[in-house]
Amino acid sequence: MMAQLIKNHTAQADSWLTLELAEGQSPETVSLPAGDVIFPLAVWQARKAEIISCHKRIGLLLQPDERVEDIAGDLDYFIVIAVNFPKFVDGRGYSTASLLRQRYHYQGELRAVGDVLHDQLFFMQRVGFDSYALKEGKDAVYALTAGFSPFSDGYQASTSQPQPHFRRRA
Amino acid sequence: MYKYDAIDRQLVNERVAQFRDQVRRWQAGELTNDEFRPLRLQNGLYIQRHAPMFRIAVPYGMMNSTQLRTLASVARKYDRGYGHFTTRHNLQLNWPKIEDVPAILAELAEVEMHAIQTSGNCLRNITTDQFAGVAADEIIDPRPLAEILRQWTTFHPEFAFLPRKFKIAISGTREDRAVTWFHDIGLHLKQEGGETGFTVIVGGGLGRTPIRGQVVREFLPWQHILSYCEAILRVYNRFGRRDNAYKARIKILVQALGVEEFTRLVEAEWEHGKDGPATITQAEFDRVAAHFTAPAYDTVGAVDLPQDKAFQRWLERNTHAHKVPGYAAVTLSLKQHGVPPGDITSDQMEAVADLADRYSFGELRISHEQNIILADVKQSDLHEMWQKAKAAGLATPNIGLLTGIICCPGGDFCDLANAKSIPIANAIQARFDDLDYLFDIGELDLNISGCMNACGHHHVGHIGVLGVDKNDAEFYQVTLGGRQGNDAKLGKVIGPSFSAGEMPDVIAKIIDVYIENRQDDERFLDTFDRIGIDPFKNRVYEGRAHGKAKVAQQEAA
Repeated sequence: MMAQLIKNHTAQADSWLTLELAEGQSPETVSLPAGDVIFPLAVWQARKAEIISCHKRIGLLLQPDERVEDIAGDLDYFIVIAVNFPKFVDGRGYSTASLLRQRYHYQGELRAVGDVLHDQLFFMQRVGFDSYALKEGKDAVYALTAGFSPFSDGYQASTSQPQPHFRRRA
Repeated sequence: MYKYDAIDRQLVNERVAQFRDQVRRWQAGELTNDEFRPLRLQNGLYIQRHAPMFRIAVPYGMMNSTQLRTLASVARKYDRGYGHFTTRHNLQLNWPKIEDVPAILAELAEVEMHAIQTSGNCLRNITTDQFAGVAADEIIDPRPLAEILRQWTTFHPEFAFLPRKFKIAISGTREDRAVTWFHDIGLHLKQEGGETGFTVIVGGGLGRTPIRGQVVREFLPWQHILSYCEAILRVYNRFGRRDNAYKARIKILVQALGVEEFTRLVEAEWEHGKDGPATITQAEFDRVAAHFTAPAYDTVGAVDLPQDKAFQRWLERNTHAHKVPGYAAVTLSLKQHGVPPGDITSDQMEAVADLADRYSFGELRISHEQNIILADVKQSDLHEMWQKAKAAGLATPNIGLLTGIICCPGGDFCDLANAKSIPIANAIQARFDDLDYLFDIGELDLNISGCMNACGHHHVGHIGVLGVDKNDAEFYQVTLGGRQGNDAKLGKVIGPSFSAGEMPDVIAKIIDVYIENRQDDERFLDTFDRIGIDPFKNRVYEGRAHGKAKVAQQEAA
């Protein structure tokens, strides 16, 4: 069973393949699959020219400890950036997303992948994610109904609402 | 005090609905225990020794009488008719049922209360000085900014899953009463060249690795506190350790990087947020500050108060200077001898609510010393109020004295504890039950924690007691010379630990050394600073085998 992709307020099929390095494979030598591929950062860094020459649509996968600063100059190449949450309690991906959107003005798809659960969708949306690979076995229909709207507003400035609430008071 | 407006009320109501749904999904098996745990923690719900423990927020310690009556009613209806005030402006219930918590939250929301982020690895309750707004030595009332910070911390989307818990304290007085040196962020309000701002202290904390915080910025104009805190939190969220819960607090990051490098990262981050939308507007400050205007004080002259000794003792210990002539701030002691420190029954909560309504404009505060403050009492009402407080068991004249102990719930209730703490507190109170002697000993902070998590702030007690586990038996380590305030520092360990039964004698010997050595009006701490730890150590361990001698004794036996 696959993770279920939530995007544009619907559950939909995922056209992207994520390249995973198997035991013994290295970023320098792994064979690059065709089609819409999300590449790990190490592969992107090692094979950038090759990837650009043979892929029209490029995706990037960022792990929690990988720094946005290191790919800030490459953002225009990516159709999608996937930010991995190995465990949902690892909150580094929220800062990654905030930086991508707010500081580096990344405009492409920003996808939460990994341990993506119903009760974090609201926060993810606020920091700038716009697609969500909901963990397998979780109820995508209910997530669409209730997961994004437990709260009708937020106090803080965020990607989805750049003005804090106190600046929006009548 | 602050009153919710539409957005505040809406968010708290939505939180109740959200948590009700989370409990439902957990019960239905849609959320695993691991998935539910952080969610319930962020609603103050721990699973503890006997039952869930439920922690309700009292943001920056302010409450009104209606709220306290609701707490009384909730404690009676869903628990056993009492609650426990913690050292961080929270009320804990020890025995609620998980399935009742959504209903409790709904009742709390009715009176503008909640349990949001009272535990878990997130931004916790903002704490401050219990005399905010009335203290004679206050530079600025910290409460409007504390409320603005409360709103900023509430459901912050980027910082909901931090490496570890994160506590912010804010103080607006010359003498720091908010333990700002021992918080993840301590904000010390000050004025410089006519401008109001903060000294920003980062990386302090008690717990397993007690560290005094370090100054990251000497002066930050108040408009920037949110953007500056965002910068600190972003650095922490990205780079704080997540591989080991014991190394995950920001203090460890500050130590690992060094304060200069940490500061450099924060300042570089802040360059991007500075003067951005998070900058607090004067309009917002004024809007919030309007909730904290002074009550309608009467113009009153000096009064002659009755001379009876018991009342005078209470006046000396439990009343405090007020910036308005003819008024006093009063501490109602939750340190009645023989009762768990910080505990309060529903009946007492109602009595306090009545006192607040009658004598103090219907408002009260909770101190980090686990007492209740009525901040605006007319001096001419003090005698009458004292009699009523006494009848309710709330007038023990021991504020700042040896038996006014700060104490965590300890092994009687808490799953983390290595040892019980309440019985130790009660045994020491029983030993020092003579008020003449207690007053003669004078100012002395005794703090007790049942484990190294240090909820009882033992490191900053003049005498600190820490429960430790040795081969499944409960022992107590004693520290001396710790203190809070501007010169906050950690106590020094006196030596090997003691059994519970030994503790009253150990404290008595420490007090004897002080009494024998004190000069003139020296307080315990003054004598300690002058003569050092050795005389205390020698007396306490006199005739007590330890180290090699103890091993030899054990081998002989």
